[in-house]
Amino acid sequence: MSATSHPATTGATGTTPEDRVPGQAGRPPGTPSRTARRRRRTTPGRIALYAFLTVTALLWLFPVAWAFYNSFRDYAFTAVNGYVSFGGFTLDNYVDAWEQGDFTQYFVNSLIITVPAVLVVLALSSMAAFVLARFSWALNIPFLIFFTAANLLPQQGLLIPLFRWYSWVGIYDSYLAVILTHIAFQMGFCTFVLSNYMKTLPKELSEAAFVDGAGVWRQYWQIVLPLCRPPLAALGTLQVTWVYNDFFWAVAFMSTGDKRPITSALQNLQGQFFTDYNLLSAGSAIVAIPTLVVFFALQRHFVSGLTLGANKG
Amino acid sequence: MRLLTARDRVVLGLMIGVPALFVLAIVWLPTLGTILLSFTSWNGIGGLDRIEVVGLRNYENIITNYPPFDIAVRNNLLWLGVFFLVATPLGMFMAVLLDRELRGSWFYRSALYLPVVLSLALAGFIWQLQYSRDQGLINAVLGLEGAERIDWYGDPSINIWAVLVAASWRHVGYIMLLYLAGLKAVDPALREAAQVDGASEARTFFSVVFPTMAPINIVVLVITVIESLRAFDLVWVVNRGRNGLEVLGALVLANLTGEASLVGFGSAIATLLIVISVVFIVVYLGTILREERK
Repeated sequence: MSATSHPATTGATGTTPEDRVPGQAGRPPGTPSRTARRRRRTTPGRIALYAFLTVTALLWLFPVAWAFYNSFRDYAFTAVNGYVSFGGFTLDNYVDAWEQGDFTQYFVNSLIITVPAVLVVLALSSMAAFVLARFSWALNIPFLIFFTAANLLPQQGLLIPLFRWYSWVGIYDSYLAVILTHIAFQMGFCTFVLSNYMKTLPKELSEAAFVDGAGVWRQYWQIVLPLCRPPLAALGTLQVTWVYNDFFWAVAFMSTGDKRPITSALQNLQGQFFTDYNLLSAGSAIVAIPTLVVFFALQRHFVSGLTLGANKG
Repeated sequence: MRLLTARDRVVLGLMIGVPALFVLAIVWLPTLGTILLSFTSWNGIGGLDRIEVVGLRNYENIITNYPPFDIAVRNNLLWLGVFFLVATPLGMFMAVLLDRELRGSWFYRSALYLPVVLSLALAGFIWQLQYSRDQGLINAVLGLEGAERIDWYGDPSINIWAVLVAASWRHVGYIMLLYLAGLKAVDPALREAAQVDGASEARTFFSVVFPTMAPINIVVLVITVIESLRAFDLVWVVNRGRNGLEVLGALVLANLTGEASLVGFGSAIATLLIVISVVFIVVYLGTILREERK
């Protein structure tokens, strides 16, 4: 189910496995590692494999690295020497981007949208999943389809009526409109993942609780939910990235630019006639930092969250 | 189930009822609304009483009288084709390579799925640094000067390809991740047995491993289709889905937010998108639920 991270890097002696050059292990001969004993031959095929992987990985990292590199460079310097050059390093772009893009305000907006949306979606979908996974009744499968299919519909398909409806209720151009939409739209994915997980928990747990006289709510709150920490952590991580990264709903349901989340702040940095790409790079880096932190710190949760949905373990 | 008290029944009802109402009100009813609106004409202004039923006229107009539609269909198909023939197989291939115990596989894996973490809007900006006509890396590396410079995002005859490179950049990592999880679930005993029998690695993969992964293959293919249909953010960031970058998703929004807000017409395009999606959603759920019953 969850990809236990880095199986290849365990069993190293002393040196961190990352330092070692592929193909030629940096340890004295005669002390083979566990992986080495399995099948480690420096064949041309293996070298080609590592070369291919390295080239691909660097190619994939390049656009991000290039943006990052240029975010530290002075506009005047690159204007004279061209972008493909070295030098002109400065931190000013970050300061300027933050101020010109009004990033403090936008980060607060993102926080106001993301935190309640993720908490509510996890709360509601865990309840729905609990009912679907732990009690069997005739409507189990129809309900599961009802929830899951909702998440797969094209977003444009619900846009117009939703837009009208929010205007009519009077919540158009508010945080609430965006939060509610995220909750409803993400519910399907979370319900599906959580109900799959809850089905794997032993039925005896509930039966024992029943005999002891525990009600439905106590079973959910005190028995099942505490056992669901792994999928909740994975989904929480994933939802934070998705809601934070959203661009579509915010643009659709907010006419006041000041209320929009951080993803739209970048547009403020894009000039109408000329664009300072160094400034834009710094802005992109600032916007990307929270997701990158989530990605590196909670990598395991991120990966297992993504794969839980597609491949029930 | 039979032992439930009245109170428990109420609690259960609320636990499933509240989330279901949410999804009904914010996803399903609006979807139905879009389908109904597609048979009407309405400029979005004024009350619902100004809606006029026009039958299939919007659909007729889309097909006979709306040039961007053809370009959008072609672009969506191109998107699907590139994902299906290039990005998805590449993601699968990378997963197969990384599934072995390799030194530093965490690095290769992280590099490939880093783009998945970034938003599509951000991907659009990041790639602009490569594509920009005056300041982009590609033109500089190719040594193009003055009028020779190519406007990768701006030239309507090639910009769809530029965008597809950026979209594939993200898609490969996503597919690799899904497929890696699928491969992990394959019983290692199967592989070892094949290897003991002297099968080559390629042979082992195609004859033993691949067939056991039928469900994940379908999931990956359906995700590929749905992602292609949903194409939106990237082209919207580049030029609001105009001038060569028309896709169905962007046409919907363009018709609604444009000067003449054509609600019925935009809804008809959205309905086409919904109908095609539903076909694949059914395939997806069919696969998932069949697995469930096992």
